[in-house]
Amino acid sequence: MVEHTGIRVVHRGGSKINFREPVITSDSRFLLCGSGESVKVYSTSTEECVHDLQGHTDLVTGVVLNPSNHLQAYSCSADGTVRLWDFTDGILIKTFIIRYHIFSIHVSEKHVGVLFVVVPMANEKELFQLVAVHLPRSGDPEVEVGELSAVLCDVSPNPGAVSFGTGGEYIAAAKGLQLEVFFFKKQKSYRFSLKSGMNKGINNSFTCISCHPKEDCIATGHADGKIRLWRNFNQKKEYTYSTLHWHHNAVNTLRFTPEGSTNLLSGGIESVLVQWRYTQENQKDFLPRLGAAITHIAVSPDGSLFCTSHADNKITIILSSVKVSAIIQGLVKDDCVRTDLMIDPRSKALVLNGKPGHLQFYSLHRDKQLYNLDIVQQEYIHEQGVDQFQVVKAAFDTHGDWLATVEERRQKSSELEINLKLWSYDEQTQSFVLNTTVTAPHEDQITAMCFSPSPETTLLVTTSLDGHFKAWLCQLAKKIESASWSCDFVGGYHLLKPGCCCFSADGSLLAFGFQEVVTVWSPTSWELLTTLSQPPGAVRDLCFGRLSCSKYLLGTSTKNQLCCWNLLTCSLEWNTPMDVSLLQADPFSENMAAFCSQSGSTDLFVFKPSEPRPLFSKKALCTGKVERAIFAPRDQMLESSEEYSQWLNRSQLYFLTQHMDLMTFSTKTEEDRLLASSKQLMVDDSVAITPFYLLLGRHKQQQQEKQELLTNPLAERTPLPQGSIAIKELLDTPAHVLPSASFLCSMFVRSLLVSSSSAR
Amino acid sequence: MGEFKVHRVRFFEYMPTAIRAMSFNAHTERLALARVDGSVEVFNFADRYFQEKVIPGKDAHSIEALCWVGGRLFSAGLHGEITEYDLENLRPKYSLEAYGGPIWTIISNPQGTHVAIGCEDGTVKLFEVLAEGVQFERNLDRQKGRIISLSWHPSGTRIAAGMMDMIRVFDVLTGDVGGCKSRETVVWTVVFLSDHTIFSSDSAGKVQVWDGHTGTLVKTHQLTKWDVLALSVSKDESSVVAGTSEGTVVQFQFIAPNLQQQEKEWVRTRTFKNHTHDVRALVEIGTAIVSGGMDTQLVVRPLLEKFEEKCFASGLRRIHFPHRNLVSCAQKARLLLLQFPGQLELWRLGESDGHGKPGDILPLKTKPEKLLYLKRKGKDHICCSALSSCGGWLAYSTVSSVRLYRLQTDNNISITKVLQSPGCLGMWSLPVRTMTTELGLALHLPVTLKETQSKLCITLAIPFSHNHVSLFQLHCMVPMYSSCPSAMGIHPTTNNLTMVHADQQIFEFSIAEKQYTVWSRKLQMQGLHNLWLNRDTPVTHVTFNPKNPDQILLHDMYMFCIIDQSLPLPDQKTQFYNQMTLRSLSEQERPSHLHAFKVCKSFQDLMCMRLLDDQSLVVVERPLMAINSQLPAPVRQKKFAT
Repeated sequence: MVEHTGIRVVHRGGSKINFREPVITSDSRFLLCGSGESVKVYSTSTEECVHDLQGHTDLVTGVVLNPSNHLQAYSCSADGTVRLWDFTDGILIKTFIIRYHIFSIHVSEKHVGVLFVVVPMANEKELFQLVAVHLPRSGDPEVEVGELSAVLCDVSPNPGAVSFGTGGEYIAAAKGLQLEVFFFKKQKSYRFSLKSGMNKGINNSFTCISCHPKEDCIATGHADGKIRLWRNFNQKKEYTYSTLHWHHNAVNTLRFTPEGSTNLLSGGIESVLVQWRYTQENQKDFLPRLGAAITHIAVSPDGSLFCTSHADNKITIILSSVKVSAIIQGLVKDDCVRTDLMIDPRSKALVLNGKPGHLQFYSLHRDKQLYNLDIVQQEYIHEQGVDQFQVVKAAFDTHGDWLATVEERRQKSSELEINLKLWSYDEQTQSFVLNTTVTAPHEDQITAMCFSPSPETTLLVTTSLDGHFKAWLCQLAKKIESASWSCDFVGGYHLLKPGCCCFSADGSLLAFGFQEVVTVWSPTSWELLTTLSQPPGAVRDLCFGRLSCSKYLLGTSTKNQLCCWNLLTCSLEWNTPMDVSLLQADPFSENMAAFCSQSGSTDLFVFKPSEPRPLFSKKALCTGKVERAIFAPRDQMLESSEEYSQWLNRSQLYFLTQHMDLMTFSTKTEEDRLLASSKQLMVDDSVAITPFYLLLGRHKQQQQEKQELLTNPLAERTPLPQGSIAIKELLDTPAHVLPSASFLCSMFVRSLLVSSSSAR
Repeated sequence: MGEFKVHRVRFFEYMPTAIRAMSFNAHTERLALARVDGSVEVFNFADRYFQEKVIPGKDAHSIEALCWVGGRLFSAGLHGEITEYDLENLRPKYSLEAYGGPIWTIISNPQGTHVAIGCEDGTVKLFEVLAEGVQFERNLDRQKGRIISLSWHPSGTRIAAGMMDMIRVFDVLTGDVGGCKSRETVVWTVVFLSDHTIFSSDSAGKVQVWDGHTGTLVKTHQLTKWDVLALSVSKDESSVVAGTSEGTVVQFQFIAPNLQQQEKEWVRTRTFKNHTHDVRALVEIGTAIVSGGMDTQLVVRPLLEKFEEKCFASGLRRIHFPHRNLVSCAQKARLLLLQFPGQLELWRLGESDGHGKPGDILPLKTKPEKLLYLKRKGKDHICCSALSSCGGWLAYSTVSSVRLYRLQTDNNISITKVLQSPGCLGMWSLPVRTMTTELGLALHLPVTLKETQSKLCITLAIPFSHNHVSLFQLHCMVPMYSSCPSAMGIHPTTNNLTMVHADQQIFEFSIAEKQYTVWSRKLQMQGLHNLWLNRDTPVTHVTFNPKNPDQILLHDMYMFCIIDQSLPLPDQKTQFYNQMTLRSLSEQERPSHLHAFKVCKSFQDLMCMRLLDDQSLVVVERPLMAINSQLPAPVRQKKFAT
């Protein structure tokens, strides 16, 4: 098997936007945040993604504004480079190669041409140091940085635990129970440590840090929810601190607002933004119910906007009057995905469970959450240990007209509660509407669920641990709202527990995996056609081949077997010993993807069922098991000629790693295309209004309008009242020659009325 | 091990009273503390916070404020009198009526020449301090409303006075008035700093900073919803502490907001919460903050940044119990005498004939029984009391008189007064650990200790017959030691005097040979174990085991200890608290691990520990929980998740 270098595993779409602190530009119009391997530029007013700054080849670990040019930003990445961007135009200006895994980046106005980055210590991987990077002055777009000088040793890799003090005079870093302040002028550092409260059950270790913009005061957040304000720290002994306490859990992030009305903002798991008045700390303002734990807070340089990142992959933009103005929502990833990854056939959106009790529809192309569908329709209680309904299964039919969901709740003492819900698509509201609820469709957990792909009937099959499978048939009516569902057939096989089910591509065959036995049924007559068995090991996954390979049925078993049966001969075509954790068929081609877990990491094999030879293989794709994957259709076909990447031409394979990172494969042609599109000079159409713009811009605008009128006759609209002759007359005539106002008034009002003839 | 049968006594309902005022004398390092019942205690901060002197209170004689003038201690209270104390003989020296109604505050000027008092009628009266007393000098301008608090400017030329709704600044020489106004509040305390900044704390929960020249408000710190009752400034004026009704102490520090600049401002910094109730009295002594209040405990909170290394003074200290005995015990008659400020109680211990395993609770055959309730005569509170070991004699003393009673407890309880002597107070009262000895006579009596210039002189007062008191002066001087003895006892058979000092050193002095014993020298040569030296409460009683002359029994608040002089002394490397290890060892291995100090910590909050003649121990506990439960309810505070 050959390893192909042209295909990379990348973060694209659905990546975390809350991984690192976002940055608000100095004019407060844009918000920059690292998202997977790119830096996204969002508009703070419209929430739209304006630019996607691509270039890094690994996770972006920090974004900061260039202190000497407010239209540029630095970003650092785990690939060992720092890149300088022009974010208004989306252009990569320079790349500085540092050749270390960079964990965070810090800049200060006082240190021009110097970046401070956190990198691992030379010999120990677990320890990190803060180094100063002197940027070489050179015109080349790619510059190797040779000179690194260590500033602080043993710092935390968390970027929130390092902060620059007043005017860059000192830098403060916290780790564990120790705070270290380094003064650049004196080249001296002071360390202050807290007494461990572990024996009293208190964890008072430092979590985050922020320095006052004008005064020498450092605010630190602690794991026990306290905030300490340190003063007088330029000496070993006489330092002092005061304590603020509101949070009942760890303070995740702290930020001082800029000078003027200096306040301290803090946030934590309570999902409440707390604003403390500096020097009057017992006065505080709250912004509650932000939805999820606050992970970062950023403040615009002029202090007019705040933004908070949340644990549910969301950025909330907040006005300085503590009002939410916009929300940028990314793909919500809980600690686990219970439903499979699915593609909504209508919107081509990725569907999975998002907020508790909801399904989220996520557009992978636009990298934006489209909407949430409330499945459970019950209030979610934010408390630990409360057992609540959760969406565990969901399935779409081929056209996206029907959605089936299963929710379950298992309480300790009482029995399992299961609801099967069927949702019909409503064209008018462009959303799914609940059609039928089946309470307790099975006596035990539902293991698999799928719709029949055949166009004649709308049929849903569910299998359950109670040893039965049920077929649910839709009695179609004239209107889809009055359609009703009923149970058509209940089947089983020797009281074995069915684990999976699969329809063939045309819907004429239905296969169930009953532990070691595969049974094939005809869904029209409900007779058992054949049984296939290849012990040992229970069947884990079943998949019919498609298109030219539709005569094959593939199955994986728990005892490391991948089998391919020929349905025409009802015999085993081939099998190989491999521990396949997930088998996924591409709906647009014959290809199958098999994820095999091997010694802690996952390998991927892409093959056609007709031949047991992989088209593509990638060893050690990621660490841990891959449990969920999906082939998503491309909006534009790729014309890749290389054999190894042809399988990616029509669809794209997304998968979720153990750490809930959504990854995909990117080919060379695709990257070239993306690079080309980003190089196009994109002119922002909402340029700031300056006198220069007024002179030239208006002229341009008029020209554009003329062109539009010529090209698009529909754009002609009724003229606004400003253009009417009556008003012009009213405004242009000198005041001393105008008739009395009472006379003018009736004339003016009449001019505003739309006559019945012109309205038609 | 089951060596002793223990009477665990919990019926002593001792209740300390709230701390009302404090004053610290930085020169002598003595802290004077006044309680609500009018008693005054003097702690020696140089000698491990040892409670050196106690002056018992008097009915209807509460104290509102204390002040030191040089080495002299003055107090004033709502009874309207200024009192000076005789710190030698531990009693009030004289009281002087100030003729201004109740006095709310008394304060001395930094030069030590005058004291000023704030009166209910709105006058500030100046008194000149003379060698023999104080003399009224003049009144400052009379104000409407009472003067609650006073603070003298360090130069001694101005006084700031906190009143109802108002702060006034008086010029001491001319009596002129300037003022700063606050609203609808009681200004509980004011502090006048040398740069003419005035700090005030008030009943609205604010600490306010004023400019003393112009009378303008500089800054307001809202500390609490309740009152801020106490303020204190450090000697170098870099820190001010405020005590609130919530039991918190808040520190303000004079800090430069920008490290490079010299300009400083007052910033609220740390908050200490060591009290459950109001902090009524507060002193910042440079290296620590001393606070006391309604919850009756004295807390010494060290400022850790002032200490280079860990030492005795760098630990938090809480002083709950007096450093003296309030319980005496008749070993033969199995009686306990409990001393309260207003009365004495005589109890007979319960009996049990049960046998059980070590650690078992034995059933009682007879319950403990209160035999006698003896109310004191006169207004003065009881300062010490004693009971003879046969249970036939009972004596108590106030600052003005000594009373001796004959007691019969066999069948019908009777008490007859034998002696009332107003004369011998001087002897009685001094710092006094009541010490008991047995010289073949039925009655033991307290022994007074006088700290003379170079030596300790022990005077024994032993009444021989029913109506005659003889005084013996043992002309034997014990070499002086820098620390005050906290407990002492004379061995019944060897006549050795065992002394334990406030710094936890132990000496044994042979009265017959007039020198330290061999064991004592050996102990001093080798030094005591660090764990012993670092205990934070002083030993309050020494007694001996009559059956085993080698054993000395001592106790403090948290432990009792049996010192066995026949066993080897522990050195620094041996495990000091070895009782648990010994228990796990076999019989053969034990002797090699034994050392002289056997410490038992199974009884906490000890008031008294005695060994009865039948080899059973009496342990009097007063759990702090029980004291706390009897305190009035603290101010209501919002608690998280309630």
